[in-house]
Amino acid sequence: MDRLVDLLPELWDATFETLYIVSLSLIFGGLLGLLLGLALYATRPGSLFPNRPLFGVLNVLVNFFRPIPFVILLAAVQPAARSVGLPGIGPEFGIFAITIASLFAISRIVEQNLLTVRPGIIEAARAAGASRARILFRLIPREALGPLVLGYTFIVVALVDMTAIAGAVAAGGLGEFAIVYGFKQFNPWVTWAAVLVIIVIVQAVQFLGNGLGRRLLRR
Amino acid sequence: MTLIRLSGVTKSFPATTRGGSPVVAVDDVSLDVVAGSITGIIGYSGAGKSTVLRLVNALESPTSGTVEIDGRDITRLRERDLRALRSDIGMIFQQFNLFDSRTVAGNIAYPLEVAGRPRAEIATRVAELLQFVGLSDKAKAYPEHLSGGQKQRVGIARALATSPRILLADEATSALDPDTTQEVLGLLRRVNAELGVTILVITHEMDVIRSLADRVVVMEDGRVIEDGAVFDVLSNPRHPATRRFVGSIIDEVPAGEKLRALRERHPGRIVTFTLRDGDVSQSEVFAALAAHDVRFELIHGGITDIGGRVFGHLTLALTGEPGAVERAIVAAGAHAPLIEEDSRG
Repeated sequence: MDRLVDLLPELWDATFETLYIVSLSLIFGGLLGLLLGLALYATRPGSLFPNRPLFGVLNVLVNFFRPIPFVILLAAVQPAARSVGLPGIGPEFGIFAITIASLFAISRIVEQNLLTVRPGIIEAARAAGASRARILFRLIPREALGPLVLGYTFIVVALVDMTAIAGAVAAGGLGEFAIVYGFKQFNPWVTWAAVLVIIVIVQAVQFLGNGLGRRLLRR
Repeated sequence: MTLIRLSGVTKSFPATTRGGSPVVAVDDVSLDVVAGSITGIIGYSGAGKSTVLRLVNALESPTSGTVEIDGRDITRLRERDLRALRSDIGMIFQQFNLFDSRTVAGNIAYPLEVAGRPRAEIATRVAELLQFVGLSDKAKAYPEHLSGGQKQRVGIARALATSPRILLADEATSALDPDTTQEVLGLLRRVNAELGVTILVITHEMDVIRSLADRVVVMEDGRVIEDGAVFDVLSNPRHPATRRFVGSIIDEVPAGEKLRALRERHPGRIVTFTLRDGDVSQSEVFAALAAHDVRFELIHGGITDIGGRVFGHLTLALTGEPGAVERAIVAAGAHAPLIEEDSRG
């Protein structure tokens, strides 16, 4: 308990580091995942830009990466990170690995939420003279915004989880804090303090996301 | 003047199962729609009427044949030119298909935004259309807060935003209750009469055709099986499918089971007069019956208003002295086509 009090500044830093990793991963993974999700949605048979070969490739790509357990992916992408000039450990590497892991998961969530937009909406927009690109990039994401926000909320929670795991390769954040000061020094108080902060972050994200999603959900 | 012309149009879709044969949705359909008219296409689901509608605004392209709008073949147009074409053709839907993320005003503004009209012009036009469909107070409401009838009025306003010459209505009243259906049909009549918009409606309800259209096209299995002025087709349906549709709004000449049931309940001779506006004076028929001292009772049928003209079958049971009944039938028969079923049933 006393030890925990001594470690409070470190806990504080670790919390900020976690938020830093989560937000940057969300920006990179979120944007790339959005693009990949749009591509999956648009190229599927019967969609706006049907392209069976491209859809097949993207689909296999996503199915290949998505089921890889994150701890294993973390190790597997180390050479890739080094080859683009990033360190193989530390927060930047954590962001790199989480971005890769999350973008495939995000792309599926984006694809599935875009699919909730009724085909009739697309037909109405085309009948109104809208181009297919305008429908894909402007109308569909707006129509699916409510479910998309809920989907991204779900993903942020998963990102916090991944950040903690990335602590195992010294990526910083609450995960590393819990492992270094709690687990390895047999101090459950410290571990639980990290858990508590993570719970608070997750709850806050969930609360904000649900509230925003519900406001945007119109049907 | 012909505004829409389909010539020998066939549309087939790839087979839904591997190795299956392609589905022919529209089979060699030719159709002319005159500017300013209201044409109704009726058919059961799967008759191909929906596909015909989508061929007109090129949401579908024909496998063979041509579709001309105002003399221009649209089947070879590029995507960019199609978009310009579509702003001259509005479309409304059974499920309304409003954009849930946009307000009523935002929905109506959409085709104008797409067409790149200036913001001030859009605002004026949207206000005008809201006024036209009677929803000025709902401008800022979201579709989720509207009733079905209000949603369809927004759909109509949105379809009219770019002042199109053609309005396509895809089962526009099929999801509405009877009162709301009348309200929407009334609005469509105003769109045609006040704005001069040519309307092409598809429906499976003959009553929509009767109360709205000038002309009806009956489709079955992708083909046009009957085509003509609404009054002519309704008063003299030739194809069995057309008769079934007509039978849903006009009581037919009783036959078979129906006739047997009438005969059990009513004594006397059962005759049916066909009342056709223009050719038949109802009062003269009744006067002839009364003059021969015959008692008559109306046991089946009725009259229907078709575009301001009257049509119907009236089935009467006549009782009285047999000789008088016979003379009455002959006299009345001179005024109206008369059908007497075989009295042995």
